[in-house]
Amino acid sequence: MNLTLYIWRQKGPDKKGGLQQFKAENISPEMSFLEMLDVVNEQLIKIGQEPIAFDHDCREGICGMCSQVINGVPHGPQERTTVCQLHMRHFKHGDSIYIEPWRARAFPVIKDLIVDRSALDRIIQAGGYISVHTGGVPDANAVLISKKSADTAMDASECIGCGACVAACPNGSAMLFTAAKITHLAMLPQGKIEAARRVCVMTEAMMREGFGNCTNHYECQAACPKDIRVSFIARLNREFIKAQLKDTG
Amino acid sequence: MLIKNTVGKKIIMAITGQMLVLFIVIHMIGNSAIYVGGLNAYADRVHALPLLVWIFRLVMLMIFSLHIMIGIELYLENRKAKPEGYAVKQDLRATFASKNMLWTGLLTGAFLVYHLLHFTFQVINPEIAALRIHDAAGRPDVSGMVLQSFQNPAVSSVYIFAVIMLSLHLSHGIQSSFQTLGISNERTLPGIIKTGSVAALVLFLGYVSIPLLIFIGVMKG
Repeated sequence: MNLTLYIWRQKGPDKKGGLQQFKAENISPEMSFLEMLDVVNEQLIKIGQEPIAFDHDCREGICGMCSQVINGVPHGPQERTTVCQLHMRHFKHGDSIYIEPWRARAFPVIKDLIVDRSALDRIIQAGGYISVHTGGVPDANAVLISKKSADTAMDASECIGCGACVAACPNGSAMLFTAAKITHLAMLPQGKIEAARRVCVMTEAMMREGFGNCTNHYECQAACPKDIRVSFIARLNREFIKAQLKDTG
Repeated sequence: MLIKNTVGKKIIMAITGQMLVLFIVIHMIGNSAIYVGGLNAYADRVHALPLLVWIFRLVMLMIFSLHIMIGIELYLENRKAKPEGYAVKQDLRATFASKNMLWTGLLTGAFLVYHLLHFTFQVINPEIAALRIHDAAGRPDVSGMVLQSFQNPAVSSVYIFAVIMLSLHLSHGIQSSFQTLGISNERTLPGIIKTGSVAALVLFLGYVSIPLLIFIGVMKG
């Protein structure tokens, strides 16, 4: 199939960018979206032009690197799917496709479709961990965890930190990401010890990094490739209220 | 500090918002006295306690001020966090109401100032002021003031427009306040969203009916 692409090109962080039109020809429906871009890039290299810069790593939907807003939806039209797992069979011959980078103040564009998402790492650094003495491997059943708690923690830990929630949010808020990390740890006995401090410092870190406030549009849940739920944001809010009611952090 | 944290600010928004919703519900029930010809009696009863009325007004002023100030602060922070938009953007869940909370809120607030000057302090149309004109029982003629006001198409249009703004604000605000206070989960959120919309619709009908019925001449007092 043949497609017309409108892709955001930007030479560097402080350079002015704009949409540029490309033709993608003889694209097979079996290709992934990134493979389609590989084909376009090969053609660009052949004619001596600079290839389109985009992030990617595992190409199996678990690393969270591919970050493209396709036709106005982060990770494109297929629900619960990363760009690398999106296949060209979801598009039709003759389609026009708009490809833009994540947009948020906290995610500055580095080049073309690549943004700097290290602000998410700094939110984790602020409190997304537990403090334990390392040593011998603990016995598997020394700490009992209910199946339900383990399941919820696992659901929250599915977050791959791709930043689609921020890209989709009209406020550029990282609440869904932060809520997933808070929930993941707060559900488990090891995480409960620092839960009160964690929710305060992680939400403060989020604002320090320049993300917006959550106003419950729920765009994030719809865009999330891992189906992280906004119910985790309600849980973060509960954890925050609990932390306020505690005497010591 | 609650007022410094992103979640803390939202919690203040949610609590003040819910208090305002509670007021709006009580106000609507009070208004409905007009249907049974009891508006003058109701207003007279309420204003028999001037000290309580003024304490109530001051508390309402404080709640409103907090809700508006933090609302504006959140809006400005959020706009700063998203300096550049997309050439193409599809909304998957966000609604007109959820994206325009600041504007529907500010318009409702501007209307409130007009409404207070119109019906509470009665300085806009002093010729029909209930504070001066009394009914047969010697009570301020609130009912007559309302009926005469809404026969004017400009006045009833302003009220109907304001009620639309308020209802849009509430259609997002009510459900949002529950989510912010953490009183929702995977199972209950869809129901809370629906209940919020239905509540906004009920309030819309309750408030819009009076100016509308008077203007089209169904209700003549």
